[in-house]
Formats: sequence, structure tokens, C-alpha cells
Amino acid sequence: MNAPAPQVIKMYAKREDIFPREVKGHYQNLRWICLILTQLVFYGAPWLQWNGRQAILFDLMARKFYIFGLVLWPQDFIYLAAMLIACAWGLFLVTAVAGRVWCGFSCPQTVYTEMFLWIERKFEGSRSAQMRLAKESWTLNKIWRKGGKHAAWLLLALWTGFTFVGYFSPIGTLAFEALTFDFGPWEWFWVGFYSLATYGNAGWLREQVCKYMCPYARFQSAMFDRDTLIITYDEKRGEPRGPKSDGSCIDCSLCVQVCPTGIDIRKGLQYECIGCAACIDACDIVMDKIEQPRGLIRYSTDRAMAQGLSAKEIRKRVMRPRVLLYTGGLLLFIVAVFTTLALRTPLKMDVIRDRGSMGREVENGMIENVYRLQIMNTTEQGHTYRIRASGIDTLQVAVPDTVEVGPTETRAVPIRLRADHGKGETGSNKIAIELTALDDPSLAVKEKAVFIVPR
Amino acid sequence: MADFTSEFWNLYVVVLTVIGIVGCGVLLWSQSSVKGSALKSVDGKVGTTGHIWDEDLTELNTPMPRWWMWLFYLTIAFAIGYLWLYPGLGSYQGSLGWTSAREHKEELAKAEKEYGPLFDKYKGQDLKAVAADPQAHAIGERLFLTYCAQCHGSDARGNKGFPNLADKDWLHGGDPDTIKLTIMKGRHGVMPPMGAAVGSEKDIENVTQYVLSLSDSTHDPIKSVMGKSKFSACMACHGAGGKGNPMLGAPNLSDKTWLYGGSADTIMETIRKGRNNTMPAFEDFLGEGKVHVLAAYVWGLSNPPVTLLSKK
Repeated sequence: MNAPAPQVIKMYAKREDIFPREVKGHYQNLRWICLILTQLVFYGAPWLQWNGRQAILFDLMARKFYIFGLVLWPQDFIYLAAMLIACAWGLFLVTAVAGRVWCGFSCPQTVYTEMFLWIERKFEGSRSAQMRLAKESWTLNKIWRKGGKHAAWLLLALWTGFTFVGYFSPIGTLAFEALTFDFGPWEWFWVGFYSLATYGNAGWLREQVCKYMCPYARFQSAMFDRDTLIITYDEKRGEPRGPKSDGSCIDCSLCVQVCPTGIDIRKGLQYECIGCAACIDACDIVMDKIEQPRGLIRYSTDRAMAQGLSAKEIRKRVMRPRVLLYTGGLLLFIVAVFTTLALRTPLKMDVIRDRGSMGREVENGMIENVYRLQIMNTTEQGHTYRIRASGIDTLQVAVPDTVEVGPTETRAVPIRLRADHGKGETGSNKIAIELTALDDPSLAVKEKAVFIVPR
Repeated sequence: MADFTSEFWNLYVVVLTVIGIVGCGVLLWSQSSVKGSALKSVDGKVGTTGHIWDEDLTELNTPMPRWWMWLFYLTIAFAIGYLWLYPGLGSYQGSLGWTSAREHKEELAKAEKEYGPLFDKYKGQDLKAVAADPQAHAIGERLFLTYCAQCHGSDARGNKGFPNLADKDWLHGGDPDTIKLTIMKGRHGVMPPMGAAVGSEKDIENVTQYVLSLSDSTHDPIKSVMGKSKFSACMACHGAGGKGNPMLGAPNLSDKTWLYGGSADTIMETIRKGRNNTMPAFEDFLGEGKVHVLAAYVWGLSNPPVTLLSKK
């Protein structure tokens, strides 16, 4: 091979600006519906009330996590893990069936970029106007348009950061503090942090987050196969391209202009494609204009393109082992999370045996052991519980055997257990300590413990 | 320190750290551009890095964004800034003078500022009033479980060598102020070895039986009568009737409460070898505010205030 003369190549290059053209159509409507729904939930949820408190609040300081009627404690972390696993299965399933729909339609990165693009168009105009403005020198017009855009971006970002912190710090108080500029140092930090993250990610980084940072974007190729729905360009129908050639593609380049990641879908599946379907809408408009059937760019599969399968045949291939496996995993975890949540007892107890003494002899030669019960009432009502012990004949609680624990309160209660002389074996005996709410027998826990009979 | 360490290791760490940071910078600089044959691809954008394997396999150059490279340089700047401000570069302490001990002290001072007023409020009140306050009771219970339960047990009923605090029997006196003094200043309970003063092994056995007779415990009446005269050695502290002396912390021998055990063998051992016991002082460690609440709680154990009783 005849190699040209070597030259210096930069391994890092300046990002080339992308000015996505606005597009309207079926899929863009769908994207806006997704955007509005997800953002209604995100911005609205912290304002909901439940039983006189914020319905969804993750109180990190008190280590209590309120989700409507549910109060979760750090001990319940397993539910979060299980929920995340369920979400992962869901993501796997969706990806195997329909590719990057999460990325294109619901991912916060895409959704916020879309909102920021909308603001950008309000200030700077269409794609061509934006490109002109970028080249223009700094006139008053440019300063006003750019400045206004950034101010609006920052406002939206601030509101987002404020809302996010509102999930962790009561949002009513937070709103009042915001009006009087009276945040605490950590509230300032996190509101600022999330605002700047939103502003930076949606305003500046945009598609670079998906291309260089997002781990999900990188490992989803493991879920893809030849029957996964992707956005495809029908090469057989489109080529040869050009205004006067035989192919349907007139090479208007609209599909490139609308792409938020700046790629040309006609080159085939690329890792940058986030599956937003903007190119489908753009191409359909053009096809309508030149009176050709829609779908030169469409949702299809790799196999369908190669073998010319119909939509019905594509649908038939959805039920394949991979999809069934992901569905099974998803269902399993959803069922597991909800059954365990429904069956869980909102009462926890740790039994800590006093280490200072083994066992002591008290009146009438009875043997006494001391324990500390760490009782966690995870309901939002106070309860009185009866303490019972079992495992050795005559074993009983020697202090008042009821204890009162306030709503979502933890209480450490020292108790003494006694057994008659001669009962149980010398050394350690396995016993159980049981706690039952007086007003609700279903609120009960049983914990294992050890009772020591001295020699 | 200089006896056990040498300046060599300090320099070793400094040199390694500096080489590491400079090395990262050099690597970054040298790798941000390469000499390649720059074959243009179809769209005229993507070149190759010039690496060729297996005759014709080339590596496309799809450059990372430039800000990404600046992030790498930023980590180097951060490392330099960090080592300037905080300890890390060999034995250099950093310009901020940060130490974990100082941070701990600052945290303590902050906690003191936050919770101090709460304890100050109780400090101004009478101990009996504090004992009747449910909130103070809850605080006292928590303090007791943290600082006292190791020796006295979670239920305050003591253990061998550690007095029961939940009964009405007190070694040094059980009024609230005395309890507070005990916690503040600590106590030393000393019973000297009395074997020689009492006499022969036989005498010790007889005195033991006499001591047992004082509390009406099972004893040998003959030995007890014989031991009575030898008890004179004990009277200085325990009193003529063995009633004890709270001023000295001498236990009452005429009740059935035994700190080390009431069997004849144990009592003989106590007489022969003596006992030495310490309750540490908590004044400096906890401060008067917490001790005040704690003393009220301990007093309340054997004098349950009506307010708390009615609640249960």
C-alpha cells in the first residue's frame, strides 16, 4: 500500500455545533406527549399532600422515606434495590423490542434538551436564523437574543433544581425560603448543583452526554439483535439518491438537518442515534410533497430490511426467547416487590443482649438476663406493644411487659427476662422474644435471642 | 519520631507523587496528537490514526471532544490544588492546616452550641423536677444506655462489682445531689486487705459467720459468736452494728445486698484480699448539663416520679 506522507492528527477535536431543525409530525407529537406527562409528574409530585404531610419525601436527615402511605426506613433498602432491578429488566425488555425508545422519548437528557431547544427557537428563531446568528458579530440584537436565551434556560434550570431538592426537603418550606433567599447552605449547594447540571447538560452538552457519557447507551448493544426495531433508511427504495435519479430519496438532507445528534441516518444504524424519530417525520413530509408513499425512513428491523419482511412478519418475530426472558424477569421482580411490600410488617425489633453480665441470680433463685430491645415503629400511628418471651419453661418478662412507641419512632427499651431456678440448660439457651401491638395483632415480630443460665 | 522513621520515606512519597502527576501531564500532552497517514474516508471527515495491523487494518480517528481533554488537565490542577491545601505530599501538612482532630473538635463545638441550651434549661432546675420531666427522662435513658449500661447494665441493676442503681440501697448516699456528685467526681471504693488485722484463718472464718448473722443470712451460730470480738477490726468503717457508712462508701453489712456476693467463700476472700473499686468521674467527659439529667434519671429509677408512673 502506498502510504501518503505522515501528518499530525489531533486526538481531541472541537465539538461541531448542531442546529437541529424544527420538525412536526406523528412521532414528534408523541415525544411532546411523553415530555409533558413526565414533566407533570416530576414538577408536580412533590406538591402532593398525604395525611397532612408531603406525599413523596425522602427525608435523608431522619432517614425516612415517604411514598404516599408507605414509610420506608434504611432497613427497607432492599425494596429500592429490587425496584431498580425491575426498572433494569423493563429497560432491557423495551430495548430488545423497540431499541432506544427510552432514549428518544423519555430520558431526562433528551426531554430537557427538547425543552431547551424550544426555548432557543423562541429567542433565536429557526435553524437557519440560528446559524446566521452564530456567525454574526456581537451586535445588540445578538446580545439580547443570546442573553435572553441563557436567562430563560437558567430560570428553567433553577426551577428544576428547586423541584429536585423538593423531593428531599419539604417543598412548601423550600418555596418560602426561595422567595426570601433564605436557603440553608446545603439547600443552596444542591439547588445550585442540579440547576447547573440541567443548564450544562441540556444547554451545552446535549448529544455529547449520550455519545460519551451515558453507560446505558453503550451496553444496550448487548440487548439488540436483528429483530430489534430501529430507525432505518430503506436503501433499496431510496438509492440511487438525487433529485433526478431513480431512487425515492431526493437528497434534500432534511433528515440530517433535524437530527439532534448530527448524524446521517442514510448511513445505517449508528451508535449516536438516540431513536427520536425526527428524521422519520421529516422524511414523511417530503414524501407527501413529492407524492411518494411514506416510510422511506421508518421503524423497522435489520432482518426486515435485509429480507424484505412485512410489518406483520416483524410483529411475529417480537415473541422470541430474549424478549420472553426479559418479560419474565420484569414480571418476577414486579410481583416480588409488590408482594413483599404488601406482606411486610411495619414493625422492627433488634434484640441486643447485655454484654456486661452473663446471667444473675435474683429473688427465689430465679435466673435473670438483661436485654435491650431496639423497637422501630414504622407506622405513622403510635402503638403499645406487649413483650413476650418463650423457649424455656417459666420464662417471663420481669418488668412492665408493655411498651409504648410513638409514630415513626425508635425506642431502646431495657427488659429483664427471668426463668425459675433449674429450668433451661447451664450455658446458653435459644429463646425467642415476641412483640405484638395491643390494638392490632397483625403487627407482630419475633426475634431470636440467647438466655444464659450460669453454673 | 525521628528515632523510628527517616526522612527517606518522606522524600520517597514526595518524589513518587510528583512523578505521578507530572507523568500524567506528559502522557496527556504526548497522546493528544499523533503522527498518522491521515487517510481520508468517504465523507472527508474521518481520518485514520496511522496505525496499521495485518497489512491493511487501520484505526479510524474519531476524536473525543476537546473539553474532555481539558477535564483531564483539570484533574491535574485539582491534584496540585489539593496537595497545596491539604496534607498529602509526604509530611507536608498543607496550607489550610487541616487535621481530623481539629475537624472533630469543631464538630463537637457545633453540637455543644446546638444542644447546650437544652441541657442548660434542665441544669437550672431542681433534680427532682428534672426527674419528673418526661423529655428529660427520655434523654436520661439514652445517656444511661450510652455511658452507664456497660457496667451497671441496661436496666441499671448492676452486676458483680457494679452496684445496682435501681434499688434503694446506696453505698455513698442516694439523695439526688449526692448521686450527681458521684457521677461528676467519681468514687473510689477501697476495702483494705484485713486478713492480718482480723487474725488467723480461723478468725477470718468466724468473722465471716458473724457478718452473715448481721443480715440474718444462713450462718453457723457458734462460729458467729466467736467471731463477734474480731469484728472490732471492721467497725472503724462499717460501724458497730455493721450498718456501714455512706461518708466512706462502706457498705451496709446488715442487709442482703452484696456488691461482690454474699456466700461465705466470697466474704472470706473479701476480708483476706480486700476490694478496690472505681467509678470514673464524668464531669470533664460529659459536662455538668448531661450529668444533671443523668443524675435525675438515676435517682428516678428508685423513686419513680408520679408523672411518669401514671403514663405507664
